[in-house]
Amino acid sequence: MKTKGKVTGIIANLVIVEVDGPVSQNEICFVSLGEVKLMAEVIKITGSRAFIQVFESTRGLKTGNVVEFEGHMLEVSLGPGILSSIYDGLQNNLKTMDGVFLKRGEYTSPLNPDTEWNFKPLAKAGDTVKAGSYLGEVPENNLSHKIMLPFKFRGNYTVKSVADEGSYTVNHVIAVVVDEHGGEHDVTMVQKWAVKLPITCYKNKPRPFRIMETGVRIFDTFNPMAEGGTGFIPGPFGSGKTVLQHALAKQAEADVIIMAACGERANEVVEIFVEFPELNDPRTGRKLMERTIIVCNTSNMPVAAREASVYTAMTLGEYYRAMGLKTLLLADSTSRWAQALREMSNRLEELPGADAFPMDLSAVISNFYSRAGYVELENDKSGSVTFIGTVSPAGGNLKEPVTESTKKVARCFYALSQARADSKRYPAVDPVDSYSKYLEYPEIQEYLNETVEDRWHEKVAESKNIILRGKEAAEQINILGDDGVPLEYHDRFWKSELIDFIILQQDAFDKTDSSTPMERQKYMLNLVLEICRRSPEFENFEECASYYTDLINIMKQLNYSEYGSEKFMNYEKQILDKTGIKNNN
Amino acid sequence: MEKKAFQKVYTQLQAITKATIAVKAQGIGNDELAIVGGRLAQVVRIIGDMVTLQVFSGTEGIATNTEVIFLGEPPTLNVSDDLVGRFFDAYGKPFFGEKREIRGEKREIGGPSVNPYRRKQPSDYIHTGIAGIDLNNALVTGQKIPFFANPDQPYNQVMAMVALRAKVDKIILGGMGLSNDDFLYFKKMFENAGVLDRIICFVNTTEQPPVERLLIPDMALAAAEYFAVDKNENVLVLLTDMTQYADALSIVSNRMDQIPSKDSMPGSLYSDLAKIYEKAVQLPEGGSITIIAVTTLNEGDITHAVPDNTGYITEGQLFLRKDSDTGKVIVDPFRSLSRLKQLVIGKQTREDHPQVMNAAVRLYADAANAKTKLENGFELSDYDKRCLDFAKDYAEKLLAVDVNIDSTEMLDKTWDLFSKYFKKEEVRIKDEFTSKYWK
Ligand SMILES: Nc1ncnc2c1ncn2[C@@H]1O[C@H](COP(=O)(O)OP(=O)(O)O)[C@@H](O)[C@H]1O
Ligand SMILES: [Mg+2]
Repeated sequence: MKTKGKVTGIIANLVIVEVDGPVSQNEICFVSLGEVKLMAEVIKITGSRAFIQVFESTRGLKTGNVVEFEGHMLEVSLGPGILSSIYDGLQNNLKTMDGVFLKRGEYTSPLNPDTEWNFKPLAKAGDTVKAGSYLGEVPENNLSHKIMLPFKFRGNYTVKSVADEGSYTVNHVIAVVVDEHGGEHDVTMVQKWAVKLPITCYKNKPRPFRIMETGVRIFDTFNPMAEGGTGFIPGPFGSGKTVLQHALAKQAEADVIIMAACGERANEVVEIFVEFPELNDPRTGRKLMERTIIVCNTSNMPVAAREASVYTAMTLGEYYRAMGLKTLLLADSTSRWAQALREMSNRLEELPGADAFPMDLSAVISNFYSRAGYVELENDKSGSVTFIGTVSPAGGNLKEPVTESTKKVARCFYALSQARADSKRYPAVDPVDSYSKYLEYPEIQEYLNETVEDRWHEKVAESKNIILRGKEAAEQINILGDDGVPLEYHDRFWKSELIDFIILQQDAFDKTDSSTPMERQKYMLNLVLEICRRSPEFENFEECASYYTDLINIMKQLNYSEYGSEKFMNYEKQILDKTGIKNNN
Repeated sequence: MEKKAFQKVYTQLQAITKATIAVKAQGIGNDELAIVGGRLAQVVRIIGDMVTLQVFSGTEGIATNTEVIFLGEPPTLNVSDDLVGRFFDAYGKPFFGEKREIRGEKREIGGPSVNPYRRKQPSDYIHTGIAGIDLNNALVTGQKIPFFANPDQPYNQVMAMVALRAKVDKIILGGMGLSNDDFLYFKKMFENAGVLDRIICFVNTTEQPPVERLLIPDMALAAAEYFAVDKNENVLVLLTDMTQYADALSIVSNRMDQIPSKDSMPGSLYSDLAKIYEKAVQLPEGGSITIIAVTTLNEGDITHAVPDNTGYITEGQLFLRKDSDTGKVIVDPFRSLSRLKQLVIGKQTREDHPQVMNAAVRLYADAANAKTKLENGFELSDYDKRCLDFAKDYAEKLLAVDVNIDSTEMLDKTWDLFSKYFKKEEVRIKDEFTSKYWK
């Protein structure tokens, strides 16, 4: 029998309930309010009082209203049909909701129960299977969606029967399995999983050893993201976090992209709805929307569901990873999730930590990031969840709890700088402060040697050094004046400007410049380094400046031209003529 | 507001603070309104039978035996064409002693959000004639954007100017802590422009209690939703000054013993502001709500919690500043940003718009560097000098808010300045545009 309760207190969306039976932490319950039932989650229990956070507005709620407990935590439905969906933080399908406005208590099914899927069996009667084993597959957009033995199943099972190849709906029984005690279990194409628990059906989780190409030069060339890696993008408002994440979503070399729009602007999600169904995935030629899942809980949607939204998104990522796919999870912004935790913690009158965030913030963030990773599955396939979150530090100051806690766990740090954004040097990733720890991994260096060029990481280090020395030179010039420093300082400064303008800066809104394949990045870095290794003679600093401004101008045109096109060759020739470099292609 | 038979009445107050009272009562709904000794109040917390209410006009003079009448519903506004051309207070009561109450359908204020999937992408360029906006930070219908300004800057004047030049069906003013002079300024401005047939005002002046302000944005936006959703109109909502709104929020939350976060603002400030600003929307049936707000700054400090949280919510911000070279008020090209501009520039304006805009701002930044050099006593290069001359012309002929020209003229003028002061390669614009527009 379900536990029931009665409302005894209401503070915004924190509701206190007197219960008549057992309740568990994070259990889901529904609060009756007139005709509708509002979904909520237990967040604290003292004696027979449960404190619940309601995922909707509590306007009009009264003491005495009835609450029913469901006996399980917040779960998502996993099965074919998730790709291309647009969910809210609780996995309600936003497309199938009626009307222009969201209605309280309206919950829609995440998977369409009527869609028929072409099922092909992969297991046969007599096979021994366990959680995560593939029983069959259905085509979902251009992917093979594996139907697995549900993750909740513990131990070994024997397959009794598997459905024949054919069309079935998600709730159709496609296999019957027998447990070690002879009990029979039906398996459909849908399984449920509690979002707060990681899906761990894999053999092991080695260190990432491959690069995930993104087409963004400051990532791939300078601070590469690893497949199965973690990274974060902190930056003040307007510095380009969202534009950068959208670029990653469009261009990254992944099978599945999950975008968690967490507590940010609704119009930014609209941009995805509008653009992604039109844009092509350069690798497959299919529409981008086909590989994309949107979990959206924008800033005006209920605060409590914001926290759920990032977990929902992560669980979807882990599900596709278990199928042996590369997934990329992008969350914008994890600070809003932390703020949701803060609001609730304050209402619970918990002892606050730094900046009034909950004391365990660091642990919560660290647990979440650790769910990402590259895994080897039981069937020797591999899959990955790569996670990149944005952080929105108050006042743009990185000395704040969310940034600091994230920095401890994320392996890549893409710091967006206000100064760079102000001078429109986009993407405003600070080339000096940012880093990718993966670049130091011997296995990653080896991978780059093989896939890009021998000793590639040394060239990256060389160019970073030029940037650094250029920055120092600029400071000297600022202090001593143009004439107060040796000419060589100007040369150094302009070399770093060249790298900045040609490699680091990238126009996210230009058709060609927005995405640079690795092959082209290699060409550009080699060309730029070749120029930087030369030291032409200049009469004075003005001549030096004019030499490099000209060069930057031509090379920018080169960036805007299609690789290898006639226009491109033309600009290349101008560069070679000007610098005296011989064409060695 | 009269007492009706079915309403619950209590007369034993348990606690009184500066902004709240508590009373023992049963069957009360969260967010419900009540009348406490003739003043409007709203339920903000219920623990057992102890109900805490926020009294909008303050609790001065309220006694432990003051009568509390619960009204059984949250705040509402009557909506119809009857709103048009009129001035109301925070409760939706007519200003200036006018007696006629609003006729129309009763709607809850602060209602639900639009399903993000039903939204349309904002897509219509708003013409304001101000180059600091139209050229560098183009606005789009359905956008939400504040002016960040110090209290001594003419933000209300600039905002009124923008409102009157924009082609919209309705202008709704939400005034919070507006000085009486500014209120009368708006009134006069609207009357003189002959636009009373498309304006509606909800105003809380400095003479009225601060907590009442909390109702203003919801009132203004409930009216906006009526015209945008029910009538498919393009509505422009002006909210001034949101810093005063936030101050009122902090008064209430601090008096409810909530743990304040940064700058003594409530921890929920981000969500509270987002609920208002996210009402800006482009609707599927063609209507839209655009929000232009004002956030006053304390000596230009944008790291303060109010502008900081606002910046994270709105689609850009417009900085006003006085240009020292020309003495004119300009929209600062560095710190201002319209995040939606790329949806329209070069598409609904001429193709060269994005590149021209960026090049001009970059050269203006070089001028700022040259200025620093000069101030530090260094000699200027020829390029530096040309940048400085350019900057002065650019501020005078384009950035100053008193310039009123259309976007093509703005682009032509900028090309004029480019060729007057620079060489093509210094401007660094795609060859296809330079060959077409370089003069
Ligand atoms: N790579 C880029 N290229 C060109 N413009 C950019 C780029 N990144 C950001 N911008 C500009 O900066 C604005 C703000 O970027 P956004 O990603 O929304 O910032 P944030 O999410 O950090 O607040 C954008 O609207 C755009 O005008
Ligand atoms: Mg953003």
